Amino acid sequence: MEGRAWKFGDNINTDIIIPYKYKARTIDPKSLANHCMEGIDPKFSKKVRKGDFIVAGKNFGCGSSREQAPVAIKACGISAVIAESFARIFYRNAVNIGLPVIAHKGFLKIINEGDTIEVDLKKGVVKNLTKKKIIRVEKQPKFLEKMLQAGGLVEYYKKFRKFPW
Amino acid sequence: MQYVSTANKDFLDEVIADRSLTFAEKILSIKRCDEFGKIASTDEIIVAKVDLAMAHDGTAPLAIKVLKELGIKKVWDNDKIILHIDHTYPASSEQIADFHSIMRKFAIEQRCRIQEGNICHQYMLEHFVVPGMLIVGADSHTTTQGSLGTFATGVGSTEIAAIFASGKIWLKVPESIKIIFDGKLPKGVFAKDLILYMMSKISCEGANYKAIEFTGNIVKDFSISSRATLCNMSVEAGAKAGIVEMDEITKKYLISMGRKAMLRIHSGKEAEYIEIIKENVENMEPYVALPHNVDNVKAVGEVEGQPIDQAFLGSCTNGRFEDLEIAAKILNGKKVKDGVRLIITPASKLVYKTALKSGVIETLLKAGATITSSTCGACVGTHCGVLGSGEICISSSNRNFIGRMGSPKSKVYLASPATVVASAIKGVITDPRKYLG
Repeated sequence: MEGRAWKFGDNINTDIIIPYKYKARTIDPKSLANHCMEGIDPKFSKKVRKGDFIVAGKNFGCGSSREQAPVAIKACGISAVIAESFARIFYRNAVNIGLPVIAHKGFLKIINEGDTIEVDLKKGVVKNLTKKKIIRVEKQPKFLEKMLQAGGLVEYYKKFRKFPW
Repeated sequence: MQYVSTANKDFLDEVIADRSLTFAEKILSIKRCDEFGKIASTDEIIVAKVDLAMAHDGTAPLAIKVLKELGIKKVWDNDKIILHIDHTYPASSEQIADFHSIMRKFAIEQRCRIQEGNICHQYMLEHFVVPGMLIVGADSHTTTQGSLGTFATGVGSTEIAAIFASGKIWLKVPESIKIIFDGKLPKGVFAKDLILYMMSKISCEGANYKAIEFTGNIVKDFSISSRATLCNMSVEAGAKAGIVEMDEITKKYLISMGRKAMLRIHSGKEAEYIEIIKENVENMEPYVALPHNVDNVKAVGEVEGQPIDQAFLGSCTNGRFEDLEIAAKILNGKKVKDGVRLIITPASKLVYKTALKSGVIETLLKAGATITSSTCGACVGTHCGVLGSGEICISSSNRNFIGRMGSPKSKVYLASPATVVASAIKGVITDPRKYLG
């Protein structure tokens, strides 16, 4: 995976990612994507290109249990979120819908908005190609890795006819 | 409704009597189904059997869609699945009405439980929750239900669909934080003030992935309503669960609500905590969380005089009878300031009925409040109290994020029901202690 970095701060909550009023109206990923990050950057969904990354600070996705948050991010074209840490429900939701989430404490510091990033989940390596820096990231538990590889919980179940745990 | 344990009697007795396990470890040990009869130790990933699973109109429509995609014809146990139509109830638009219809149709097909017009967590406390349960809800504030001695946690739609199908969840056994509130509670200080204070102390990620146990003489004296406020907002610090262990107050409440089966679980006396926070509440004050983060907390005196457009009393945090009762006490014989609207949303029909019978609703109406039916509407910014551009609200709810209650240009201050209504009288943020003589 290769794309540009979009940088965000700490505690990006689910009301910023997708306000409830939109998720109350629709569960269509494309409609949700149009409002992604609206609380903090109303033009975000227009600026993002397929394959780009979100790089953020600590506690990304805090707040509500709305799965529409990672859904909107994924539908925008974002290929993975790299953050210092994630709120637990957001983390579970992201894996369940097949949006890779990578926790790493130092990555935010070696990145500027717009830098080109390459992610190799299998090897557990994230590269900042612009700055020529490499970080190694901790691997997820096997069953979560398998679920992500399948593209999320629904795809995993369709393929194996069982849940991954 | 019975608690479920996959463990045999001997193991159950052994776990309950154990001196070194936390509440979370105990409950997850007896619920685990990946390895029967094995203690669930902190940091271990386990699979556990769920006792109750729920979703609402914000999360259930997507879960129902996922179940269809998975090709699940029949849910795991229709008796243990509860759907709630509460977030935008009654429907405020055709699209939302259609989502509600999808839920009703699903409930009929699957013969699972469904209720309309009560805030989900309050309804669960009133009707289903029994100490010793493992409860999973497609709502972050499911932690509220830990106030009756359970382990209750939130997930999203796809995951609740998998639980509706299988009755099982994977969980990492959390580390635990113990918060002890001791001393004598000053006048005008409530459970909401204690949890806001704690938010400022531990921050909005201070309990990420962890379980919080609340105890101390203050918590032991608290009603179930006040305990629910503490557990409710545990998730604002990122907690997986907020827990108040079962005691005589719990038992009395359950019996009054017609429930008998219960499993009393206590953390062991020698259990290990990642953090123990002991607070003497004697010097505490009414607190307010300023926009736009729940841990941006100041004593009410520091924001007194801030003008407001709306005061909101309600939500799963503070919409219970005791909250309405204190509001009526303060508003008795007084009027809401001209140009300010006070919106009061009882958390359930039972709360509404109790407030009506006791004369509380009449006092609130006389003061100029608008009473709505039970819904999450104002708190999530869908109806019954949406904020316009530039408007300022003081709210008894749990989140003050940008755009939470409406316009991204509005602002929300969080406070106790007493501070909310005192502010409604003055039209500016006001210390409630001056009304509590």
